[in-house]
Amino acid sequence: MAGVELLSDQGYRLDGRKATELRKVQARMGVFAQADGSAYIEQGNTKALAVVYGPHEVRMSRSKTLHDRAVINCQYSMATFSTAERKRRPHGDRKSTEMSLHLKQTFEAAVLTNLYPRSQIDIYVKILQSDGGNYSACVNAATLAVIDAGIPMRDYVCACTAGFVDETPLADLCHAEESGGGTSLALALLPRGGHIALLQMDARLHQDHLETLMEAAMTACKGVSKVLDQVVRQHLQEVSALTGE
Amino acid sequence: MLKSKTFVKKTRSGGIMKIVREHYLRDDIWCGSEFCTECKQDESVLQKDACIESNLCVFPHYLLPDTNVVLSQIDILEDPLIKNVIILQTVLQEVRHRSAPIYKRLKDILHDKEKHFYTFTNEHHRETYIEREPGESANDRNDRAIRVSTKWYSDHLKNARTEEGLRIVLLTNDRENKDKSEEAGLLTYRCEEYIKSLIANPELVDRLALTNDDKNDITSSKVLFPEHLPLSRIQSGIKSGTFLQGTFRASRDNYLEATVFVHGEGDESTEVLIQGLQNLNRAVHQDLVAVEMLPQNQWVGPSSVVLQDEGPKDDDVTGDDEEEKALKGAVVGAGPRKPTARVVGIIKRNWRPFCGMLFLSQIKEATRHLFTPADRRIPRIRIETRQASTLAGQRIMVAIDGWPKHSRYPNGHFVRSLGCAGDKETETEVLLLEHDVPHQDFSQAVLSFLPKMPWSITEEDMAVREDLRHLTVCSVDPPGCTDIDDALHCRDLPNGNQEVGVHIADVSHFIRPGNALDQEAASRGTTVYLTGRRIDMVPELLSSNLCSLRCNVERLAFSCIWEINEKAEIIKTRFAKSVINSKASLTYAEAQMRIDDTSMNDDITKSLRGLNRLAKILKRQRIEKGALTLSSPEVRFHIDSETHDPIDLQTKELKDTNSMVEEFMLLANISVAQKIYEEFSECALLRKHPAPPPSNYDILNKAAKSKNLVIHTDSAKALADSLDAARVDNFPYFNTLLRILATRCMMQAVYFCSGMDSDFHHYGLASPIYTHFTSPIRR
Repeated sequence: MAGVELLSDQGYRLDGRKATELRKVQARMGVFAQADGSAYIEQGNTKALAVVYGPHEVRMSRSKTLHDRAVINCQYSMATFSTAERKRRPHGDRKSTEMSLHLKQTFEAAVLTNLYPRSQIDIYVKILQSDGGNYSACVNAATLAVIDAGIPMRDYVCACTAGFVDETPLADLCHAEESGGGTSLALALLPRGGHIALLQMDARLHQDHLETLMEAAMTACKGVSKVLDQVVRQHLQEVSALTGE
Repeated sequence: MLKSKTFVKKTRSGGIMKIVREHYLRDDIWCGSEFCTECKQDESVLQKDACIESNLCVFPHYLLPDTNVVLSQIDILEDPLIKNVIILQTVLQEVRHRSAPIYKRLKDILHDKEKHFYTFTNEHHRETYIEREPGESANDRNDRAIRVSTKWYSDHLKNARTEEGLRIVLLTNDRENKDKSEEAGLLTYRCEEYIKSLIANPELVDRLALTNDDKNDITSSKVLFPEHLPLSRIQSGIKSGTFLQGTFRASRDNYLEATVFVHGEGDESTEVLIQGLQNLNRAVHQDLVAVEMLPQNQWVGPSSVVLQDEGPKDDDVTGDDEEEKALKGAVVGAGPRKPTARVVGIIKRNWRPFCGMLFLSQIKEATRHLFTPADRRIPRIRIETRQASTLAGQRIMVAIDGWPKHSRYPNGHFVRSLGCAGDKETETEVLLLEHDVPHQDFSQAVLSFLPKMPWSITEEDMAVREDLRHLTVCSVDPPGCTDIDDALHCRDLPNGNQEVGVHIADVSHFIRPGNALDQEAASRGTTVYLTGRRIDMVPELLSSNLCSLRCNVERLAFSCIWEINEKAEIIKTRFAKSVINSKASLTYAEAQMRIDDTSMNDDITKSLRGLNRLAKILKRQRIEKGALTLSSPEVRFHIDSETHDPIDLQTKELKDTNSMVEEFMLLANISVAQKIYEEFSECALLRKHPAPPPSNYDILNKAAKSKNLVIHTDSAKALADSLDAARVDNFPYFNTLLRILATRCMMQAVYFCSGMDSDFHHYGLASPIYTHFTSPIRR
């Protein structure tokens, strides 16, 4: 009995995409009225919801206040119903703390925090359905939510995963491809300048393939950024139509 | 376009998981035909001029086989005549799922450019994708997918049709599928009819695999082996005599053959032959099995064919069937028929972890692989592992879990990895494990019974022992030997005779019966000598230090002292526990040099010379009585001191001193045997060597006859004399070869208790009584 074939001879993956094709990305901004900024993104079957509160005064532990910039507080969580098997996820378990930290680092690099000294920006992200690329979906959702909240950023932060099968890099991995045991690289990029906000890799990869893999991930991120840009412009149009400007 | 594929899967723990996957449909999957003007493909695989001479299809046509046709008629598809075939993604995936070897062959064909086979990704093509209708089985859905794709192809190429007309021919053996496709207006033939219609190439018909009715699918749960009978039935069968119980011994040369040693009355055990995969019925080497004798007209002789299991040629039995027929063919006239039986049940499995290497599956991402054990008598084992690529070049250990009756190979699991294949450490480890040699460090419990250092002989010890520290005792051993078991001395007595003494290390003083040290030594049985490594039976403190009769230290010993006259006849024998102080630990070479050097005349040398002279006489006497000198070639490796790699090879030479020590050890053993038999006539532990039955000498006689020589085997003396006389001109090694063969004819020497047997004779040494008294450190 064999495992699944991740890349057929004809160049098609499990779901019929070619190696460099991304999954279908759909996003909406302003889904929650009560939050300062919110966004919902669907990358294939991965669905993520991001909500932003801020900038506001530092609640809880005044000591954390930074005198020259804003503190970014991120929280990542997965819904219990997000995976194929319902699994109770305690708050503050290792994986979500790690992801929250990654998100925090990513956004500290992108958001212009010096404009809001002595304040706090909260970003809460929740995965509603998990089918590979959790971190990327979170970052993309959070970007849109931050933009929706009106907080200035240097650039969009776009993230995408890339994998390596048979000398070919695959862009935007789904869950079956990630868990196949091969390499999986997650990259968060600021597309205009090509600056990398975060790079994370699992499993082993031969040194020689790293260049190609990163190139593929960067191209994929740029593709995502186009979609996000499109979403933002459309949202803006809708909002301005509603407010009659 | 995005569709969603939902299906339900059962997890290992029995739970149910709903899997949802995306399924993208594309517009850019091309048909692959040269003919086609619409598709913007880079290179077309299917030719324009796709003509195979057939009286059914006189026009150019492409073939489209369905799954069962591919699975059963892969030989036909591989034939160079068959070209321009469309393999659908549906068919390819099903083949991959059902049979790995056939999938590999299909992939090879697809890569062969000359064959013009094209894979059409119909599952992702917008127009040929179908969803399963409610109430439709998976098989039906796949069949429908094949029909839809065929229709699409026909319509697609209709536009590109020229006057001759390019058609698509669907090949299927399934009646329902054929009917439905004909209704849809597709050109369908059964594989058989199509092949038979190829009038230009009738030989292709021979390659048609005979399949059963179209109704039968090749299911993977085909029952290959007969069921094992339950234990109660086996026991009643053995009692009533219908079944026999015995130990299963697989044949090393032939994986389809084995012998079962049936325990008869007393020592008798009859050998029963088992041949054929079905008759072997999943028994593994060294299992305790129950067999049923076959009627006499089905008895066969042992085959003279060497057959090895080549691996998964075909995952089902058909590959082995061919080999079995070859086996039976070779057997007719191979030898006398022996009682043949078949295994009906396993009484007790005797599985242990086996060493060997992994044989990777042909499918890349597969997790199931075949493991080939180092021991050829064990069958290949199927294991499931994700680390296959890391384990590929290593020696690993695998244990068998079970052998279900529908599986060609037993299932097992990975135990641990021993290291890279070819690495000296790993290979040594494999050897030791395969031969069941315990080689771990001694446990704390065992070590606790060792005497505390510094150790010296106490007053109480001295009181019960004879003080022989003044004697000129010396030991002669191979170079590099640290476990010195024995020492000799020889001195002249005033009455003209000589006093000769053999002193053996007194191990029993340190190892008391029953304690952990004794038990561990008993379980190890012997010291194992490997090149460059020695695995001790007793811990090093004893074997190389306290028990070892090193020179210039006082040691406890058990002495056997004779008064011998100059004709080497024993006048008196006495035994005593003693304390000795060896004056020199010599090697064979050094001792020989001392004897030969006429300028040396010290006590040690005189002692050696005396021993040598007596030894020669003793040897002559033994040979007259008929002792055998057989040849077992021993080689010695020269190990490089830095890299510890062997750099040179040398055969061991026998010097006078070797045989000198040997003679006195034999003499000591014989004297001790006589003494203990005298004292404990009912329960003395002795050793005998039974004379081999005349049939054992057949190979020796055959070999000698080939050079027109005769070997007389009626008595040991006759054998020894004729072996000496058997020489051939210009072939000096011939005598050694004959001796080596003669060793193979011998029976095994055994330990026995004097009260249980009446025949004490030791054939090989031509002695009426014998035991093992010497070398207590290593056995």
